[in-house]
Amino acid sequence: MFANFDTHVITNNLSYLFLDGMRFTLILTALSTVTGVFLGTLLTLMRLGRWKVLAAFSAGYVNFVRSLPLVLVIFWFFFLVPWIAMWMTGGSRPIPVGAFMSAFITFTLFEAAYFAEIVRAGIQSIPKGQPSAGYALGLRYWQVMGYIVLPQAFRNVLPVLLTQIIALFQDTTLVYVLSATDFLGAADKIAKRDFRQFELYIFVAVVYFLISFAASYAVKRLQKRVAIIH
Amino acid sequence: MITISHVNKWYGPTFQALKDCTTHVGKGEVVVVCGPSGSGKSTLIKCVNALEPIQGGEIIINGTKVNDPKTDLPKLRSHVGMVFQHFELFPHLKIIDNLCLAQEKVLGRKRSEAMERARVLLERVGLKSQAQKFPGQLSGGQQQRVAIARALAMDPIAMLFDEPTSALDPEMINEVLDVMVQLAHEGMTMMVVTHEMGFARKVADRVIFMDQGEIVEDANKDDFFGKPRSDRAQQFLSKILSH
Repeated sequence: MFANFDTHVITNNLSYLFLDGMRFTLILTALSTVTGVFLGTLLTLMRLGRWKVLAAFSAGYVNFVRSLPLVLVIFWFFFLVPWIAMWMTGGSRPIPVGAFMSAFITFTLFEAAYFAEIVRAGIQSIPKGQPSAGYALGLRYWQVMGYIVLPQAFRNVLPVLLTQIIALFQDTTLVYVLSATDFLGAADKIAKRDFRQFELYIFVAVVYFLISFAASYAVKRLQKRVAIIH
Repeated sequence: MITISHVNKWYGPTFQALKDCTTHVGKGEVVVVCGPSGSGKSTLIKCVNALEPIQGGEIIINGTKVNDPKTDLPKLRSHVGMVFQHFELFPHLKIIDNLCLAQEKVLGRKRSEAMERARVLLERVGLKSQAQKFPGQLSGGQQQRVAIARALAMDPIAMLFDEPTSALDPEMINEVLDVMVQLAHEGMTMMVVTHEMGFARKVADRVIFMDQGEIVEDANKDDFFGKPRSDRAQQFLSKILSH
């Protein structure tokens, strides 16, 4: 079976696979993580805050998004975002935004809901006396959150958070529905051009496995380093 | 310095935690608040710097009304030190950073200035060598002394203590009380919720006895220990002093 395994189809296309494909995947993962965690944190602060309307909106958003299949949302957004852009700019025809931008917005909005739940668990793991001590020293709400609550909350949920980021990294392969050239997309295009599906899909699987496995291992190491001494 | 008048507080619609509480703490005075658990003494002290809201009456600190929506609470709190039962040091920050955080972020002190102040105070509570450790590496008594130093770093006009020794192992209580006694002798205005009657005898000017949300007795130390007027205070004292 492996007798006619053609490694040249991989080695000849490494630059396309990694500099185009993997670059797309990693940038999409990194950017969606940053904006998703930021938005998720904001959603959580809304949810735990004083204003009932914001709390209800946040809870509704998180529950709604979490009950949708990701691939549907990716598809849906790809066709919807141009119309939203048209509406926002007051133009007369839909403005195409491209696969990357569309995927980026989708992953941000989608993952924010998951990150929000993780951050919420983190905040709720902090004893109430901690913010009280901050307020008693004269710190304001944003300072108490920024210097006392969130740093501890993120440390407490770091393993779950990073596991979710690894899942996001894997989920970015779903951009194939937009025919985007992520790592899987790049491999797929070469495979179809050269009729070498077998080699390329094996290679893609191995690469995803190695990166995810290494990341999981790094998470465990990191967790020990940043753990709070109690 | 601290005036508490006709303060009422409810938890939910039915449970009244404080009932028409009125008292005051003068400048340089040390007032000990005692009473059985659930009597509202911790609630009262948390209301003083508005960590808990009140529903009736008023609390005034140094001329500023605490329960006024227009009051800049963070600013007011920065002048009033508070020490908690469970220390509440920030576990993710080193001891020195626990002392510097609010100095820099609230008072706007420079890092070097805050560090200098922190070192002086750590030395004073006998923990200068622990500056680079994390709170979790210290004993309970040491943590509580750091917490006192952290509050003092803000140069407060008054200090509130909420059962500062209740969570400590017996052999660590005195190291904390010693710091508090020293503070009292230096003329710090202090309101102290505690069961430590030895501390009250040594440094208190007045003792307040609370029961079921009410201030039952508010007397000079000697009167309180000599001849408490209310039955409840007598019973409480006989229980707490008999062993």
